[in-house]
Amino acid sequence: MTEEECKQIVVKIIADIAPDEDLNDLKDDVRLRDQLDLDSMDFLDIVMELRKQHGIEVPEEDYPKLASLDSCAEYLTPKFLEKQSV
Amino acid sequence: MTNSRIVITGVGLTAPNGDTLGEFRKNLLSGVAGVENIETRYMGTVHAGVCHFDPLKYQKKKALRIGTRAGSVAIYCSREAVADSGLDWDGVDKDRVGVYLGVTEHGNVETENEIYNISQFNYDTRYWTHHHNPRTVANNPAGEVTINMKITGPHYTIGAACAAGNAGLIQALQMLRLGEVDVALAGGVSESIHTFGIFAAFKSQGALAHHVDPGKASRPFDRDRNGIVVSEGGCVFTVERLEDAQARGAKIYAEIVGYAMNSDAKDYVLPYSVQQGACIRQALKRAGLEPARIDVVNTHATATPLGDEQECIALREVFSDCPDTYVNNTKGFIGHAMGAAGALELAGNLPSFHDGKIHPCLNVDQVDPKCEVNNLVVGKPLEGRRVNVILNNSFGMLGINSVLIAKAYVE
Repeated sequence: MTEEECKQIVVKIIADIAPDEDLNDLKDDVRLRDQLDLDSMDFLDIVMELRKQHGIEVPEEDYPKLASLDSCAEYLTPKFLEKQSV
Repeated sequence: MTNSRIVITGVGLTAPNGDTLGEFRKNLLSGVAGVENIETRYMGTVHAGVCHFDPLKYQKKKALRIGTRAGSVAIYCSREAVADSGLDWDGVDKDRVGVYLGVTEHGNVETENEIYNISQFNYDTRYWTHHHNPRTVANNPAGEVTINMKITGPHYTIGAACAAGNAGLIQALQMLRLGEVDVALAGGVSESIHTFGIFAAFKSQGALAHHVDPGKASRPFDRDRNGIVVSEGGCVFTVERLEDAQARGAKIYAEIVGYAMNSDAKDYVLPYSVQQGACIRQALKRAGLEPARIDVVNTHATATPLGDEQECIALREVFSDCPDTYVNNTKGFIGHAMGAAGALELAGNLPSFHDGKIHPCLNVDQVDPKCEVNNLVVGKPLEGRRVNVILNNSFGMLGINSVLIAKAYVE
């Protein structure tokens, strides 16, 4: 699992959660909420889909780490690698 | 204002055989049913009335993901009702618009879906969606309308079993007369075909229709009827005080001249002709009309053996001396649209005021002798009639009865 692959997983989840959005020009280093019509409920959906689809838990205190694609990759990639190694 | 005449100025609907009043009416006059077979969780194949409106006409994909089917039905119908009314929607004071929608039940679909969802995760409630509560609160369908249409006046649903469609309209009439709102969006909605529980319960009760041809499964008054076809659907009317409608030169579909609601106080499920008859008489009294003044009675009959019989007993008692009163039924075409039924069935008959036709009952091959009533319209539409007054029955479980009388508007 690379950080790029991790970002692709997050983008795929966002595509389901925000199906009206154009995700082609997402900037990795800009907050997702500044680029997309996402609210706090949508972030709860992202957390839920990470749990459902990948068995990854994101504790509430870590929600800010899902702010941008870069921060998602930085935070989630080790978790994916940890899952893969189990 | 408390004595204001109340009129219907717009109609928005989705039925299993039509997504506009024009399409619905055309199919009611030409014998086109809208019942099909669907697969439902745990139950397998069942007959159902399925609506085929385009939800993306008025909602974004994200709203569809977050909201409910009932909300979507309600939004489609409400937006269509406002468009049909010719109201200058941008100029309408949204604080003065009320949304009153009848529902038979709400929340079963969403709860079943979530229980199924967590069953895939060993019933771990960490997988239960945070969307569950806003989806299942009882005001959901009406609330979704206010969010979609930026309506800031009152909204709520009226839980009235299968009498709910009329109940929504009655609420609108009362709120308009009280001066609480200036425009009401009122009627009923149902998403019930998406819950297996309603099918399973009717089946356990011996009241779920079955037929080799789904289009012939719903057959109120027929000797071989064997139960209900569950349907989804919705119908919302734009309702205004007559003086307001006249002031803006609105097209007026009908005036609501009478209404009544009462209770059987008798049984959880079984209908009771005595109180149904009393409800009809109360509505007639409020309208100041003798039974013989009713041109069309649109029945509630759902094709359960006892339910149809009881309603016919009430009709024979009230309309015994009414040679020009005709009786029809809409559920043979569309099944039982639950909370939407009363409103949809009224809408399907309103064009009679102008086209002089009375749509027939569908699938009545042989009238059950216990359902004999004068002037039951079967087979073909009755044409060339002067229709001025329609009485609409809508009854439900726990012994709730509602009757609404609509009259052709005459200045």
